Amino acid sequence: MMRIAAGIVAAVLALAGVADAGEKQLGRVAVPAVKIEKGGACVAPTGEMRRNHMKMLLHQRDRTMRQGLREPRFSLKGCVDCHASRETGSVLGKDGFCSSCHEYAAVSIDCFECHSPNPQKRTAARP
Amino acid sequence: MNPDRRQFLGWGAAAVAGAAAVTTLAPGFRLIELAQARSPQEAASKLQRWGLLIDITKCSDCDACVTACHEENGVNSHGRSETDAQWIRKVSLRDKRTGYAQTLPLMCQHCEHPPCVDVCPTGASFKREDGIVLVDKHTCIGCRYCVMACPYGARSFVHETVSGQKADVPRGKGTVEACTLCVHRVDRGETPACVEACNKDGGKAMAFGDLNDRDSAIHKRLRTEPSSQIRADLALNTGVRYQGL
Repeated sequence: MMRIAAGIVAAVLALAGVADAGEKQLGRVAVPAVKIEKGGACVAPTGEMRRNHMKMLLHQRDRTMRQGLREPRFSLKGCVDCHASRETGSVLGKDGFCSSCHEYAAVSIDCFECHSPNPQKRTAARP
Repeated sequence: MNPDRRQFLGWGAAAVAGAAAVTTLAPGFRLIELAQARSPQEAASKLQRWGLLIDITKCSDCDACVTACHEENGVNSHGRSETDAQWIRKVSLRDKRTGYAQTLPLMCQHCEHPPCVDVCPTGASFKREDGIVLVDKHTCIGCRYCVMACPYGARSFVHETVSGQKADVPRGKGTVEACTLCVHRVDRGETPACVEACNKDGGKAMAFGDLNDRDSAIHKRLRTEPSSQIRADLALNTGVRYQGL
């Protein structure tokens, strides 16, 4: 009897897991699934990126705009180039790298009102 | 010709061919600089002042510069000429008495003393150290004072939602924009799209260069040939100069 009950519980849990594939459970709160397209090192450790990416972008934006410093490290273009979805080619959309978290946190994201959410097309090297 | 001399000439020819092929003698040392791009870690500096020289005697009815500019910067027309953004346009002049007609490209003149910067209430309109006048759209509130202040009508307001922007050229509704002298290309060591198009498909009327560099072709031409500024009476010291006006 106990075995059957355990079996049923396991089956229910497995089904719940399938239904919940989009969101991970962390305690009682569902956390967004962040798809990272390109593995490997980001420009800073994940924890720091989660907390401070907006500060890095804000700082870099002024340096690029005002001083013409186009350092690749904290450039928005760099973010998009790495993190755009392979399927949609964008960081926006339902499972987009930027929008999935921002929608979850209800923080509006203004970057892509002007900036392109798609990676730039690779142009052939100039002769 | 003795063998030594012949051999010496051979070495010389080989060296010239080698230099032409790679223009590299040793790592980091070049006979001819391939491009004058700043490194991304180097800020735009006052030592340079970018400008254009446009010889309108060579400028014909074509609009290669306009097409190239709008293609490069992702400026699309909505088919509403009253409100469509114009970063560069062709202006036609005609002397009423003689009927002599001219045409010239007109864009932001990248003034040394830009009126658009003077009137901007948020500091969004600014002049970069190297003389390029830009709008920081992060701080632009779309008040359009600069549009009214510019004597050249060079600035446009973006009235409609923009999509499909170029990665290098962010554009958005509710901000003002104008010719950036293709700042993203200049920072890479290239020339603006209009100049490239004019020299490729147009009348070779446009030249781009550093107005401060005595060795640059544009400086040499400005030094030795007559040129003029549009509305020179305003004493704005424009970075775009015209010939044959």
